[in-house]
Amino acid sequence: MHRRTLLTGALMSALAVLGLATPAAAQQPPIKIGLSMAMTGGLAGGGKSSLLGMEIWRDDVNAKGGLLGGRKVELVVYDDKSSAAETPAIYSKLLDVDKVDLLFAPYATVPTAPIMPLVKQRGMVLIGNFSFQVNSKVGHDMWFNAAPWGPADSWASAYFDVGQKVGGKTVAILAADQEFSQNVAKAAKDVANKRGIQIVFEQNYPPNTVEFSAIVRALKAAKPDMVYITSYPPDSAGLLRAINEIGVGDNVKILGGGMVGLQFTSVMEGLGSLLNGVVNYNTWLPEPSMYFDGTKDFFEKYSKRAVEAKVDPLGFYLAPFGYAMGQLVEGAIKSTNGLDQKAIAKYLRENKHNTIVGPMEFSPDGERKTTATLIAQFRGVKDKNIDQFRTAGRQVILFPEGLKTGEVIVPFEKARN
Amino acid sequence: MFSLDLLRDAVVLGLLLGCFYAAVSIGLSVSFGLLDVPHVAHPAFLVLASYGVYVLNEYGIDPLLAGLMLTPVFFVIGLGTYWIYYETFEKRGQDQAVRGIAFFFGIAFIIEVLIILALGVDQRSVSAEYIGKSWRIWDMRIPMRLIVAFGVAILLIFLLTQYLSRTFTGWAIRAVAQDEGALRLMGANPFKIKRWAFGIATAVLGMAGALLIIVAPVEPTLDRAYIGRTFCVVVMAGLGSMSGTLAAAIILGVSESIVLTLFGASWAPAISFTLLLVVLAVRPQGLFGR
Amino acid sequence: MRGQGFIFWLVAAAFLIGMFALTLGVRNEYPFFAGYVILQFIVLATAWNILGGYAGYVNFGTSAFFGVGVYIAIMLFKAFNLPIVVQIAGAALVGGVLGLGVGFLTLRMQGIFFSIATIALTIIIETFITNWKFVGGAAGIQLQRPPVTAPFESYVKMLFFVQAALVVIAVAVARYIQNSWIGRGLQALRDDELAAECTGVPTLKLKLIACCLSGALMSAAGAPQAMYLQFANPESAFNLNYSVSALAMALIGGTGHWIGPILGAILLGVTQQLLTVTISSEVNVLILGVMLVLFVVGAPSGLIGLVARRVKRGGGR
Repeated sequence: MHRRTLLTGALMSALAVLGLATPAAAQQPPIKIGLSMAMTGGLAGGGKSSLLGMEIWRDDVNAKGGLLGGRKVELVVYDDKSSAAETPAIYSKLLDVDKVDLLFAPYATVPTAPIMPLVKQRGMVLIGNFSFQVNSKVGHDMWFNAAPWGPADSWASAYFDVGQKVGGKTVAILAADQEFSQNVAKAAKDVANKRGIQIVFEQNYPPNTVEFSAIVRALKAAKPDMVYITSYPPDSAGLLRAINEIGVGDNVKILGGGMVGLQFTSVMEGLGSLLNGVVNYNTWLPEPSMYFDGTKDFFEKYSKRAVEAKVDPLGFYLAPFGYAMGQLVEGAIKSTNGLDQKAIAKYLRENKHNTIVGPMEFSPDGERKTTATLIAQFRGVKDKNIDQFRTAGRQVILFPEGLKTGEVIVPFEKARN
Repeated sequence: MFSLDLLRDAVVLGLLLGCFYAAVSIGLSVSFGLLDVPHVAHPAFLVLASYGVYVLNEYGIDPLLAGLMLTPVFFVIGLGTYWIYYETFEKRGQDQAVRGIAFFFGIAFIIEVLIILALGVDQRSVSAEYIGKSWRIWDMRIPMRLIVAFGVAILLIFLLTQYLSRTFTGWAIRAVAQDEGALRLMGANPFKIKRWAFGIATAVLGMAGALLIIVAPVEPTLDRAYIGRTFCVVVMAGLGSMSGTLAAAIILGVSESIVLTLFGASWAPAISFTLLLVVLAVRPQGLFGR
Repeated sequence: MRGQGFIFWLVAAAFLIGMFALTLGVRNEYPFFAGYVILQFIVLATAWNILGGYAGYVNFGTSAFFGVGVYIAIMLFKAFNLPIVVQIAGAALVGGVLGLGVGFLTLRMQGIFFSIATIALTIIIETFITNWKFVGGAAGIQLQRPPVTAPFESYVKMLFFVQAALVVIAVAVARYIQNSWIGRGLQALRDDELAAECTGVPTLKLKLIACCLSGALMSAAGAPQAMYLQFANPESAFNLNYSVSALAMALIGGTGHWIGPILGAILLGVTQQLLTVTISSEVNVLILGVMLVLFVVGAPSGLIGLVARRVKRGGGR
C-alpha cells in the first residue's frame, strides 16, 4: 500500500516536472484534424488501412507530447461509405459544427471530388489521400496530394519506359468502366500516341463483369507487345486468373501497369503464384531502397495493430502514406508555430519534406513534383503465404531509377515461371 | 477484330458461363418461380454460402466438398426462412408483396453486415487443383474452373428436374404451385410442402455458393450485382420452368460473352437486359412459362 | 373538402416560408447539407408511392430516374448553361417521358414482372450514360457552379430551398392523385386489376399517368444533385441505395396516404444522417436492415398505421 502510493507520487511528480501531466497542459484544447474515411463500401479495404496509418501517427505525436506546447492531436473521422453523396455534408459538419483545425481528404477520387470546391471556398488546406488529378479543374491552391503519382502521365510514362527499353512497340489497353481506371487509361493513351506506340487493342469492360476469359481471348488475338491494364480490385484478380488460364501470347513483353488491388494483401494472398511476372504500379515495397527515417518502426507498429483491427495485414499500399500525411502537417504546424491555413500552405509548397515514404515536394497544382510511383515486377511468389511479401525480392523495383532494385525479365510468359 | 475463331471461343466460353448462371439461379426458379416468394435475398444467401465454403477451404477442404457439406445446413436455413416468411406475410393475404420484398431486402443487408463483421470487407477466394489451370482442346484454352462449374451446374439442374418430375414430393411441389386449393382439398398440407420446397431451393445454394467462389473471388456486397442477373434469368425463363432456366441462363451467358469479345464490352449489361425486356414485352410469361 | 384543401395549402406556404427563413437566419451550413438530403428523399419516397403505394406496382428503378435527372441537368448545364430551374424542368420532362415509356413497355406485365423490368431498365440506362462521353461517361465529371442568385447567400442554401419547393410540388401532386378519380381508380387497380378492367376502370390510362408523374418527380429530385456535389459519375448517380431507400421510406411511413412517405423519409433520413456522424461504420447498414425487417413485420401499415391504432385505442372518433 505504502510503497504503491509512494511510487505513484514519485511518478506524478516526475511527470509534472517533465510537463507532461501538468494541469495547464491537460486543459489545452486538442488540435483537431477532420476527415471522412471509407469504412464501408467498395473502398473500405483500403480506407481502414489508411486510417490506421494516420492513427499510428497521431499516437506517436501525442506520445512525444503533442504539438504547439502540449496540445494533443485528435482525429475526427466519419464514414463516407465510399460515396460521393456523403462527403459534402460531412465536411460541412467538420468545418461548421466540429470546428476542426485542419482537413485531410477522403481516400480516393470519387469521395474527394465533391468537397474540392467547398474547401477552396473556405480557404482551407486539404491534404490529399490517393486521388488522381482531382484538383485539375478546381485549381485549389492549398491542395497537397500525398500520393506518389505526380504528373498525370507519370503512370503510363514509367510503364512505357520499361516496355520500350525491351523493344515494345505496340500496346493493348484494357480499362474498367470506372472513374479512376478511365482517367488513368486516358492518360496512357495520350502518352502512347505521343511516343508513337501503336494501340492495337482498346477495350473498356463494364463493372460487375464476372468472367474475363472472353476479353482475354480477344486481347490475345491482337498480339500486342505490351499490355496496359487499369482495373479495380474486384476485376484485377479475375483478370489475372483468366490471363494465366488463357494466356496472352508469347509476344507480350510486359503486362500490368495500373491494376489496383494487386497491392492489397488479401488479393495478393489469393492470387499467389499467378502474380509472377506481372509488372505493376505500387507505392511502397519492402525493398532496401525504400527504407527511410522511421519506416521500419512504423511497420512494426502497424503489423501488430493491423491484426487486432482486422485490416490489411501488410499495409504497404496506403498506411505509410496516412502516416506521411500526418508528418506533413506536423512539420507545417511546428515550423509555422500555429494553425494558420495560408502559412501552412506556404510552408508545404516551398519546402522539401522528409517522411517515412521518402522526401516529398509539391508543384503548384498540389501534386508531387516528381513521381514516386513504383513500377515493380512480381517474382518468385508462392501460393497462400502472406509473410513472403515482407521480404525483399518478391516485387523487384524497375522504376524510378533512383530506387531501382533489379532488371525486368521478359517476355511475360517466361517471367511467369 | 472479328474472326471465326474468336466467335467460336466466345460461344463456348459463354455456354460454360451460362451454365454457371443457371446454377446460381435455379434455387430462385423454385423459390420465386414456383412458390411466388419475392426472394431478393437469394443472392445474399448465395454469397453467405460461398463464404462458408471459403472458411472450410481454409481448413483444407476442397470447395466442392465444402459445398456439399453446406447443403444440409442451408436446407435447414431455408426451412426456417420460409416459416418466418409464411407466418408474417403469406398467411395474411395477397397484397403483401411489397412488404415481402422489403423484408428480404432487410435480410440481405443483415447478412451482408454479418459477413463483414465476421470476416472483414476484403475479397476472398479459394484454392483447389483445378483453379488456375486450363484445358487445351484443339487450339482453344478453356479454364478448368469453368468446366467444373459447368459440370456441377448440369448435374444440379438434372437432379432437381428429376426430383420435381419423378418423386412424389416433387409432384406435390409442382401441384402446389399450380393450384393450392385443389391440393388442400386432397388432404395435403400446402404449407409443409412449400416449406420443404423452399428448403430445397436454399440447399441448392450450398453447391451454388461453392461454384460462385470457384469462378471468381467474392466480397460481402457481391449479392447486389447478382440480384439483377438471377431474377433476369428466372423471369426470362418463365416462372416454374427448370429447363427454361438453363436455356435462359445460356442465352444470357452467350450474349454477354459475344459482346465482351467482339463489340464494345461496355455495352454487355445493356444487351443482356434488353434481351430480357424484349422477351417480356413479346411473351410476358417468359420463354417457357406456364 | 374545400376546408381541408385550404389547410393543406396554408401549411405548405408556412413550410416554404419557414424553410426560406432558415436559409436567411442560420449561419452554419451543415444543417442545409444534411437537410437537402432528407428533403430529396421525401420527394423520392412520395414519388415512388404514387406508383408503388397507390397502384401497387413496385418500382425498383428509382435509381434510374434519379440518375437520369442528374445527367439531364448536367447536359443542359454543360451545353446551354441553363439555370437550375430549367435544369429541373428539363429533367422532369425527360423523367416523365421515360416513365411513360416504362408504362407502355410493361403494358401486360403485372406484379413482380414489372419490378424486374425496372431493374433491367436501371442497368440499361446506366450503361448508356457510362458510354456517353459528353457528360463524362464512366470517368465522371466535375462541374463549376454558377454564382448564386440573390437573395440566397450560398448555393447550398439555395439548393436546400429548391428541394423544399420540390417537396411541396411532389406532395401536392400525390395528394391530388390520392383524392381524385385517379387515386380511386389506382386503388381499384391495386386491389384487383382484372376486376377493375372488367368494371370499366381505364387501367392503362391510369397506369400511364402514375408512371409518368412518378418518373417526372423522381428525375426532378435528382437534377439538383449535379450542382449539390459538383461532381457526377454513373456509379454514384445510379446507386442502388436510392431504389432501396425510396421503397423502404414509403413502406415504413405507410403507403396508403401521402403523409406516409413524408414520415418515413424523415424518420429514416434523419436516422441515417445521425448515424453517419455518430456510430459511423457498417452498423449503419445493419440498422437499416433491422429497421426494414421490424417495420415490415411489426407495422404492416407503417407509421401511419401505428398512429391510427393509437388514436383508435385512445377512444375512437
